[in-house]
Amino acid sequence: MSGTTMFEKLWNAQVVHQGPGKPALLYINRHLVHEVTSPQAFEGLRLTGRGVRRPELTFATIDHNVPTTDRSGPIKDPISKKQIETLRENCREFGIELFDLDSPHQGIVHVIGPELGITQPGVTLVCGDSHTSTHGAFGALAFGIGTSEVEHVLATQCLWQSRPKVFEIKVVGARHKGVTAKDIILSIIGRIGTAGATGTVIEYRGEAIESLSMEERMTICNMTIEAGGRAGMIVPDEKTFEYLKDKPRSPKGRGWDEAVERWKGLRTDDGAQFDKSVELDASDIAPQVSWGTNPGMVADITGAVPFTEEFDDPVERKSAERALEYMGLKPGTPIMEIKLDTVFIGSCTNARLEDLIAAAAVVKGRKAAPNIRVMVVPGSQLVKLQAEELGLDRVFKEAGFEWRESGCSMCLGMNPDILSPGERCASTSNRNFEGRQGKGGRTHLVSPIMAAAAAIEGRFVDIREWNLNDEIE
Amino acid sequence: MEPINKVKGIVAPLDRANVDTDQIIPKQFLKRIERTGFGEFLFFDWRFNEDGTENPDFVLNHPRYKGAAILLAWDNFGGGSSREHAPWALKDYGFLAIIAPSFADIFYNNCIKNGMLPVTLPKDTVAKLFERAQEREGYELTVDLESQTIKDDEGWAVQFEIDPFKKTYLMEGLDDIYLTLQHEDKIRAYEESMG
Ligand code: SF4
Repeated sequence: MSGTTMFEKLWNAQVVHQGPGKPALLYINRHLVHEVTSPQAFEGLRLTGRGVRRPELTFATIDHNVPTTDRSGPIKDPISKKQIETLRENCREFGIELFDLDSPHQGIVHVIGPELGITQPGVTLVCGDSHTSTHGAFGALAFGIGTSEVEHVLATQCLWQSRPKVFEIKVVGARHKGVTAKDIILSIIGRIGTAGATGTVIEYRGEAIESLSMEERMTICNMTIEAGGRAGMIVPDEKTFEYLKDKPRSPKGRGWDEAVERWKGLRTDDGAQFDKSVELDASDIAPQVSWGTNPGMVADITGAVPFTEEFDDPVERKSAERALEYMGLKPGTPIMEIKLDTVFIGSCTNARLEDLIAAAAVVKGRKAAPNIRVMVVPGSQLVKLQAEELGLDRVFKEAGFEWRESGCSMCLGMNPDILSPGERCASTSNRNFEGRQGKGGRTHLVSPIMAAAAAIEGRFVDIREWNLNDEIE
Repeated sequence: MEPINKVKGIVAPLDRANVDTDQIIPKQFLKRIERTGFGEFLFFDWRFNEDGTENPDFVLNHPRYKGAAILLAWDNFGGGSSREHAPWALKDYGFLAIIAPSFADIFYNNCIKNGMLPVTLPKDTVAKLFERAQEREGYELTVDLESQTIKDDEGWAVQFEIDPFKKTYLMEGLDDIYLTLQHEDKIRAYEESMG
């Protein structure tokens, strides 16, 4: 008797209708919306005279466009302002709850979903944003959709989906001090490639995954899309329940007990078959730094920028040549000799409270290197508040770092936070594409503690060699 | 959505792998609240120089590829951001079909929703097409969805695979939401069963 995967159990429970050989019509339990990918969807509803089927299952926030400096004045960029106001009007017209700029819950959509307890095990959760994969850390089936599908969910609360394959990524062993969830996921992408998980839902498992906190699990699932995966999932456990207990939108009272019972059943049976499997040993993983223009182009901190002759495939070799040219790097340069102009600590990958605590522990009592710009942008207003209660803002400010309001910020630079051409940045975000953080900007993806240490030294350093206190396990 | 079956036109060879949606349409153009008018910003950072003039080295700026309707590229086309602005921009610019060895999932789906044909072909076939499009000026292909074939004017032809549901969807120009609402009774029954 072969068992069933968590994914299959969840999927099967969501199918509203399916004809033979056809995609399934899946019921969607939670829908998150932000200002950039939704205006055309609401406009579509208006043009066809359709309404929102279950407005109480959709939640909106403003994150991509918002300034991360003082927000008391009006937004300067008129087009950003219009997009934000359009979302406000749409939410009002269609009766959707909006966590607006003045809300204590405003923040990056993938940070606030879990924070509010909107994200729960066993649900389907979608958003017009590829990093929706983040929410799979709770044992949800969570994936990014396009704007046409946003409209479809608003109108019908369902989506047509072809069943993906299930990809097991097992991380065994224990990681060394200074090696974070970010390093685990970067090394996974480095190994399987940016299209390695196309057409699949990844289930992350093994003791190195189980030992992660909820926030670390979110970092892993967040970057599933960088490996091409539709969604990433981790089996919910006591840590998941602990995290969700008493969150504003979590079930309460008897409903809570019943929910936990239900969630406990959501696990992959022993002997369940996966379509594909890969195993890594966490003890082999070193802190990672990306050197190229996609998240699969990574090296160990002790490594060097590769020689393009190392790539056998001609298309890959050409990509690497282009990447090095764009990044302004010479093959063979040790990673630790790469000097930086800017450090960005933020984004839905690494701007939660634990990330900021870990970064602050590295920074405490030290100063940023001269001539380096360092920006810390908390993932949400709640993270910001909690960090300030712990005094982290003071630690960062004393080191010469900027402490900002929450939003996507320099992760994609839709607001004024951007790199100039040629500017080199260590970033805790998830994408190092050409121009991602500003036209001509050069992005190196790293963990928060690696970013913090790089800010102090002005170049990449091996965080494992620092005398870290216990806060940075 | 308009039904689509045949696409005939010039092939523009974009000699890159992992073309992500940030390149197809950079973020500074995502602030518009309409679906239209994105074509002029397609591949903006590659197409234009700092001063706003055309970059003569970029393939779409070569006079021989002007008016191309078919885009050819390497593996993992359309990765990254889920922005549907990417297919909107490609279609608005004039592309109706894209041929590559592989596509990223969300982008592929977004193309279908917008009546564009993403065609997956084996890498060596794509390599052949690159050679021809680069060597022969005015090289044209015809993509025929009904027979699932691609052919050129010199008698060369190849078959391609596509999910039958997606094929019907494109050929009939179906309205997804309308289709779903035909199952209203089942959706309601499902909602009731959830309590
Ligand atoms: S932080 Fe970056 S990756 Fe995350 S939702 Fe915002 S723009 Fe997207």
